[in-house]
Amino acid sequence: MTQSSTTPMTHEKTSQGRASQNTKVTKEQAPVYSRADRKARNANLRGRFGLALYVVLLLLPIYWLVNMSFKTNTEILSGLSFFPADFTLENYAKIFSDSTWYMGYVNSIFYVSMNMVISLLVALPAAYAFSRYKFIGDKHMFFWLLSNRMAPPAVFLLPFFQLYSSVGLFDTHIAVALAHCIFTVPLAVWILEGFMSGVPREIDETAYIDGYSFPKFFVRIFIPLIRSGIGVTAFFCFMFSWVELLLARTLTSVEAKPIAAIMTRTVSASGMDWGLLAAAGVLTIIPGMLVIYFVRNHVAKGFALGRV
Amino acid sequence: MSLTLQNVSRVVEGETWIDDVNLTLEPGSFNVLLGRTLSGKTTLMRLMAGLDRPTTGKIIMNGVDVTGVAVRERNISMVYQQFINYPNLSVYENIASPLRLAKMDEAEVDRRVRETAEMLRIDPFLDRLPLQLSGGQQQRTAMARALVKDSQIILFDEPLVNLDYKLREELRQELRALFKARNCIAIYATTEPNEALALGGNTAVLNEGRLLQMGPTAEVYHQPKDIITAEMFSEPPINVVPGRVNEEEVTFDDTVHFRLNNDLRRLTPGEYQFGVRASHIGLVPHSDDDLELPVRVDLAEISGSETFLHVHNPHFDLVLHLSGVHAYQVDEEIKVYFPTHKLYAFDDQGKMVHSPARMREQ
Repeated sequence: MTQSSTTPMTHEKTSQGRASQNTKVTKEQAPVYSRADRKARNANLRGRFGLALYVVLLLLPIYWLVNMSFKTNTEILSGLSFFPADFTLENYAKIFSDSTWYMGYVNSIFYVSMNMVISLLVALPAAYAFSRYKFIGDKHMFFWLLSNRMAPPAVFLLPFFQLYSSVGLFDTHIAVALAHCIFTVPLAVWILEGFMSGVPREIDETAYIDGYSFPKFFVRIFIPLIRSGIGVTAFFCFMFSWVELLLARTLTSVEAKPIAAIMTRTVSASGMDWGLLAAAGVLTIIPGMLVIYFVRNHVAKGFALGRV
Repeated sequence: MSLTLQNVSRVVEGETWIDDVNLTLEPGSFNVLLGRTLSGKTTLMRLMAGLDRPTTGKIIMNGVDVTGVAVRERNISMVYQQFINYPNLSVYENIASPLRLAKMDEAEVDRRVRETAEMLRIDPFLDRLPLQLSGGQQQRTAMARALVKDSQIILFDEPLVNLDYKLREELRQELRALFKARNCIAIYATTEPNEALALGGNTAVLNEGRLLQMGPTAEVYHQPKDIITAEMFSEPPINVVPGRVNEEEVTFDDTVHFRLNNDLRRLTPGEYQFGVRASHIGLVPHSDDDLELPVRVDLAEISGSETFLHVHNPHFDLVLHLSGVHAYQVDEEIKVYFPTHKLYAFDDQGKMVHSPARMREQ
C-alpha cells in the first residue's frame, strides 16, 4: 500500500522540476513515507480501539445479565463480582420446571408466530397491488399505512380492550396477534413493496404469456423471487411483536399471558428474585438472536424498507 | 393464422400513444417494426400480445375478434429488451415452463427443450441458473422460451439492443434462419434501419404512434412514401434540401442549380424538398451529371471503418457517408459531388412525388 502511494509523489516532485536533484528526492522520500505509514497505522489502531470500546459498552449490559443469571440471589446482592463465584443453574431450572413460567414463552411465541403469518398473508397481496397497479388514491393510502405507525400503541389500548372484551376475544392469543397487526401490517406492506418493485414487471408479463394463471405465478415464480424480502419482513414483525409489552399485557390475563408480563412476578413482598429475572431475560433474547441469524444478510435492506 | 389490427388506437392519460393503426400480418412472415424511441413500437407490440387493451379498434386473429382476450388465452411469445427469465428456475426449467403449463408429457417436454436449446446453442448450460450466464446466453434462454412452444405470434421487442456488437450480428443471423421453417407471425421491433435491412421480410415504419408505411423492406427503403419515412429508414438520415423547379432547371439556392435531367423532367414547376442519401454523395464524380458543390467541413465523425462527414454551404447542411477512415480539418474547404439522378423529391406536404429511376425498377 505504501509502495503505490509513494510512486505518484515521486512523479509529482520530478514534474515540479527537481528531476536533476535525483539523490535529494530519494533522501527526502524515506521520512515521507514512513510518516504516512505511521499515520495510517495509527488511524487503523484508533479505529480498532474505538470499535472495541463500542462493542464492550454495547455488550456490557448483556454480559451482566448473563452473569447474573448464573448467580444466586445472595451473591448478586453481596457486592460486585465479574464471574459467578457460586455457579448455579437453579434459576433456569425454575423456569423450565414451572409451567406458569415456561407457558409465558409458549404464549409469546404463539401469538408472535400468529402475528407473523397474518401480517404476511395480508401484506403480500397488498404490497403486490401497491407495487404493480395504479388506482385512485394509491399514493395517499400507501402513506396512510405508514402513518399508522406514528401513533403510540397506548392510543389503541382502550378501544382494543373494550372491543375484545365485548366480543369475547379477551385473553386469547389471536387477540394479541390481531392487535399487533395494526403496527406490523403497514410495516410489512412497505418493506414488501420495496422488494417487489425490485422485480421487473416484465417477469409477471412473461409468466402470463407463458400461460401461468395469477395464483400459480404468484406462488411458483414471484414468492421465490422475493423470499429474502419475506424473511426480512417476518423478522421485523417478530421484532415488534416480541418486544411489545403494553398491548400484550393488557389484552391478556391468564391463558395468553406473555413472558414479559410474567417476569413482573419476580417482584414480591419478600423482595426481588434477581437471578430468576436475569435468567428469564436471557431466555427472552435467544429467539431474537436465532431469527436475526437467518436474515442477517438482508436485514439492512429491510431497514431501508426494501428500497436499496 | 393472420393478425389484423383494425383502427387500433391507444390513449394513455390524454396522450395518444398509438394513433389509428391498420395493418395485417400474414402467417409465416417476418415483420420489422421500425421507429425511434417513443414512436410506439413497444405499445403496439403490447397491444398485439394482449398485455394492454386498445382504447378503440379491434384486434382480429384468424377472423376472430380477440381484443378482450387475456394474454394467457392467446398463443403468443414475447422476448423483451431486458433479459427476462425466471431467476429462481434453471435454464432447463425456464425453457420448459410454457410446455409444462400446456400439460405436455414429460418425454416430449424434454425432447423439445433439448432441441430448442441446441438450436440456440445453450445446451451446455441447461442446469445453470439464468443469472450465472452471460448477457447473450440469458437472452438466448429468453428466446428459447419464446420459441419452444408453437406460438402463432412471436414478438421481439428490441431483443438485441443490450448485447455487444458482434453478438448482435450473430444472433440476428440465427434469428432469421430460425424463422425460415416456421409458420408463425414474427414481429421484431428495432430503432436501427440497418437492422431492418439486414433482417429483410416486411417493414412497418412507425412515427409518433402512426403507421407511416408498411411493405416489403426493400420496397419501403427504396420507395418511401414520405419524407419522415425516408429520414427514419436511413442511417445517417437522408439529406433534405429545399429547392425550386422551373421549366428547365432545379435551383437549390442562388448559386446552386442544374438543368433538369430526363429523370426529373416529370416534375411540375414549384417548390420541392429534395432528398439524397448520405451514401450517394461522393468526393469524386461518379457520372457526368453529378453536381459539383463547394462546401466547408463541420465534423468528420468516424464510426468503425466508416466516416460520417458533416458539411455545409451557406444555405444548407449535408451529411456524407464515406467508407474508410477520412481525416478532415474543421472549416476545411472541399468539393463534393451531388448525384442529380439519385434524388428523391417530396412535395410541400412531405409526400414523395419522385424517386430515382433506378430505384423504381427494383
